[in-house]
Amino acid sequence: MTSLPQHTERKLGLVIDLDVCVGCHACVVNCKEWNTGGGSPLADVDAYGTEPSGAWLNRIHTFEISPHNGPAQIVHFPKSCLHCEDAPCVTVCPTGASYKRSKDGIVLVDESLCIGCGLCAWACPYGAREMDPVEKVMKKCTLCVDRIYNENLVAEDRVPACVRTCPANARHFGDFADPHSDVSRMTRERGGYDLLPEMGTKPVNKYLPPRAKAKANESLPQTAQATGFLSWLDRALERLG
Amino acid sequence: MHPAVSVIIFTVLSGAGFGAIFWLGIGVGGDATPLVRFLAAVVAAGISVAGLVSSTFHLGHPERAWRAFSQWRTSWLSREGVLAVATLAAFGATALLDFTGSSAGRWAAGLAAVLAITTVYSTAMIYAQLKTVPLWNRWLTAASFLGFALSSGFTLAAALTGAGTFHGISATAACLFLLCAAWVIKLWWTVDGKRDTLSSRGISTGNATGLGGQGTVRLFEGPHSGENYLTREMVHKIGRKHAGKLRLIAVVTGLLAAGFAAAVVHLSGLSSRWLAVSLILQLAGLFVERWLFFAEAKHTVSLYYE
Repeated sequence: MTSLPQHTERKLGLVIDLDVCVGCHACVVNCKEWNTGGGSPLADVDAYGTEPSGAWLNRIHTFEISPHNGPAQIVHFPKSCLHCEDAPCVTVCPTGASYKRSKDGIVLVDESLCIGCGLCAWACPYGAREMDPVEKVMKKCTLCVDRIYNENLVAEDRVPACVRTCPANARHFGDFADPHSDVSRMTRERGGYDLLPEMGTKPVNKYLPPRAKAKANESLPQTAQATGFLSWLDRALERLG
Repeated sequence: MHPAVSVIIFTVLSGAGFGAIFWLGIGVGGDATPLVRFLAAVVAAGISVAGLVSSTFHLGHPERAWRAFSQWRTSWLSREGVLAVATLAAFGATALLDFTGSSAGRWAAGLAAVLAITTVYSTAMIYAQLKTVPLWNRWLTAASFLGFALSSGFTLAAALTGAGTFHGISATAACLFLLCAAWVIKLWWTVDGKRDTLSSRGISTGNATGLGGQGTVRLFEGPHSGENYLTREMVHKIGRKHAGKLRLIAVVTGLLAAGFAAAVVHLSGLSSRWLAVSLILQLAGLFVERWLFFAEAKHTVSLYYE
């Protein structure tokens, strides 16, 4: 059913630390790799041609922040499904293919019910859903539901592929319903925030802001403080006009 | 947003078809013979069905389209499907009962009329519900869809039945009035849409990323080098290039030329069957109008690409 659950026992999701992400795209590639290895591959078209295109569940945008004073800053910005509590992609689905689990809050697509109308992708403010160009059904992040409960894997591998592969530890997986979990604690301590709260989607995933940087322009050497020969040269050149 | 031809045909034709079902249901063409009324019903239903069939062409799996009848509790798209089928069933019963001269036809006709207008409303709500697209996310979107459905639907119903008067009002005059009213609503929609945008709602790349508090935010490097589903579907900009010219074409064809054609029929005293000329011009104008409805709509996803 495309009705959203009133309450989910757990709220599984990710914390993404924008202060730590180095923009290496390893999570993007490992997501694609893991989710292509299973029963329903993430297809590409013209993969080795001039116009490659395909379905990916995790993308990294890179933004430039220009403060009013001070130098610009680069922030790498990973973006995947935020497993919203009030997920508009679920309620718009006409077939019941999109659903949110009451057990753990993961938003999934039953591909055998999907008619490929694309309305869920239109309803998502974040661009988290992509149509598979070969299978013609909607694909999205499953929070690696086939890893996190998989007892055939060793314990440290029972996290989403993007989290497992991140070499910088910028992505963290956990239960936001538990106030003592690492993800809840990090969100509290670092001021984790929602993307586009105006949309009323109540995303589960949280983003940690880049930490404040030391003011680079304040620590630049001041040439006016020169002494000795440089001081004499400075004054001599000033006199020349 | 990407203007898919199948969806443009769907919204324009099913709007006209269900609009005609509404007017035939409340008695437009009541002065025609039972055979003419029956044939008019078949054509009106046929145009609605053609629109619905067109909508399935943009589906990845049209063979599963029947599944879309199941989620009417939450989904406007599902409601639209259910209501469309219910309308056609009630209208089919109306046409048969009317043709056989049964008085029960009047009740079925009233039901079909109510269902038809609700179907058009549901079609509009598929778009008007989307908070992600402020241009559509307004009550005026539903008003505009209803206005055009009632206008093109009346013209279709009158042209098919050759209706002379409806409750004492000349059918050609009513056609002209509805046409002007629909475009006045569209003008209101357009002017209001210039004020109500992503930025007027305080939504920018700054709060899409949550980084706006630290300065001006812009995309430095995209997540992929080529196009992808999101950029093709929701960051579509090609259609906006000639928006001004297309808007002019829509108004000149769909309002001025179509209005002129209807006015000629009205003033010369020709049969309202000649409103067919105005109808063709109205639909041509609506195809362009609907193209712009999609092409000019800006989705929040585009903020992550600018």
